Amino acid sequence: MTELISDELPITRQHPFDPPAEVTEIRDKARMSRLRFADGHLGWLATGHHQVREVLASPKFTNDPARHHQSDARFQGEVPPERRKVEPGMFLSQDPPDHTRLRRMLQGQFTVRRMNQLAEWIGTIVDDQLAHLRSLGGRADLVKEFAMPVPSLVICAILGVDYDERHRFQEDTAKMLSLDSTFDEAMAAIQRVQAFMRELIARKKENPGDDMISDLIATGEPTDEEASNMAMLLLLAGHETTANMLGLGTFTLLQHPDQLKVLKDEPEVIDNAVEELMRYLSIIHFGPVRTATEDVEIDGHLIKAGDTVLMHVPAANRDPEKFPGNPDELDLRRPASGHVAFGHGIHQCLGQQLARIEMRIGFSRLFQEFPDLRLDVDPEEVPLRTDMGIYGVHSLPVAWSA
Amino acid sequence: MKISVDQSRCCGSGMCVLTDPDLFDQNEEDGTVVLLVEHPGPGHEATAKEAASLCPAGAITVS
Ligand code: HEM
Ligand code: SF4
Repeated sequence: MTELISDELPITRQHPFDPPAEVTEIRDKARMSRLRFADGHLGWLATGHHQVREVLASPKFTNDPARHHQSDARFQGEVPPERRKVEPGMFLSQDPPDHTRLRRMLQGQFTVRRMNQLAEWIGTIVDDQLAHLRSLGGRADLVKEFAMPVPSLVICAILGVDYDERHRFQEDTAKMLSLDSTFDEAMAAIQRVQAFMRELIARKKENPGDDMISDLIATGEPTDEEASNMAMLLLLAGHETTANMLGLGTFTLLQHPDQLKVLKDEPEVIDNAVEELMRYLSIIHFGPVRTATEDVEIDGHLIKAGDTVLMHVPAANRDPEKFPGNPDELDLRRPASGHVAFGHGIHQCLGQQLARIEMRIGFSRLFQEFPDLRLDVDPEEVPLRTDMGIYGVHSLPVAWSA
Repeated sequence: MKISVDQSRCCGSGMCVLTDPDLFDQNEEDGTVVLLVEHPGPGHEATAKEAASLCPAGAITVS
């Protein structure tokens, strides 16, 4: 079998809602193909749904960034592995047993039941934000006034971070995720947020509140350093992703009037609509990445110890083998569960049940309250986050009848 | 049909509870799976299988 080799990852999207056509072409030829990494390493590109799941489920891969070959020098320039070391507590980048120990300290707080109990409170945050939106007259930037504030307010309140202090992290978390930041800029941003978090941990120790960080410290389990990095991870993961799903999801629905009508006519479709929007949009641009710690066979290919695999979630979520019919079409009634937008394996999103509730309430109330919501610019003018690790729209100018 | 769960593999994703709350629950302490029904009735066989296939950690088996 001759292997398909790409010299770099195609990243240019032809259409705002679809993965790059070149990537889906690669998928349709070879769901596991070879990819040249920044340091010359010949690694792998997994684009098939089944293949992505297999890698993410396998215990023979690590997520330690120091062991990954760097996928791309177009972002951040070349970064030597010794500079990519993991901070204790950043369990997304840790392997078992550390990962298991740290994640378990939080898992009880993110159960389906716990998250459902928050639904009513999240509803009031959404309603307040919609009232604020209405107060702006008949037009506004939906990202700034709704999509960004809702998840930020929610995660800040859950963690016990003062929302009025968001200027201390919001710009920096954006810098961490920006593909245009140099490595040094991203590191400096991380260090500033870490300093803010350390301060916060010290404050909570003195004055515990009714919040997740205080509860975490009270268990006495994590070290201070672990606790502050865990809190940073939750803050970072908890607001940018959901915010961009709300923003890009609204843009998507406005561009698919027939589907928006389904949502309005059959409100009970909302849970499936959220899954389908997750499948259709994925929101992470590409990734995640893993490196084999021993030789392992994936879908008939021998991945050698030390080989890095870049997985392409947006391509996997459009894989016709998993989602038959026309996977490139948005269909809010399609069975969409099983998508990998929240990942798979032991690192599968810890906040997914929270994100689902935020999206369920966010999308349904937005279109109930603003049934005639419309785009206020040409769709081509909506600025896309092609420059960010988490995709979405930088802003979404909308209008409604006041 | 018989469902079995392995708490030591579970990563508390909640996918099983989301799929069928009549069959699965999560421990309040560490979010790991609690099996409510070992032998699901015919009405729950499909969701039991779905939960097993969705489980990110391979912690659910049906036989
Ligand atoms: C639509 C919204 C969201 C999406 C698309 C999303 C996506 C993801 C993905 C793909 C991963 C796995 C990354 C990997 O395997 O390398 C992940 C992990 C994670 N997410 Fe989310 N996420 C969302 C919302 C949230 C929220 C609201 C929170 C927190 C409150 C959160 C917290 C986390 C954490 C802590 C991890 C690391 C889990 C681990 O390593 O065990 N996420 N997320
Ligand atoms: S789906 Fe699997 S990992 Fe998630 S809570 Fe259930 S058993 Fe645990």
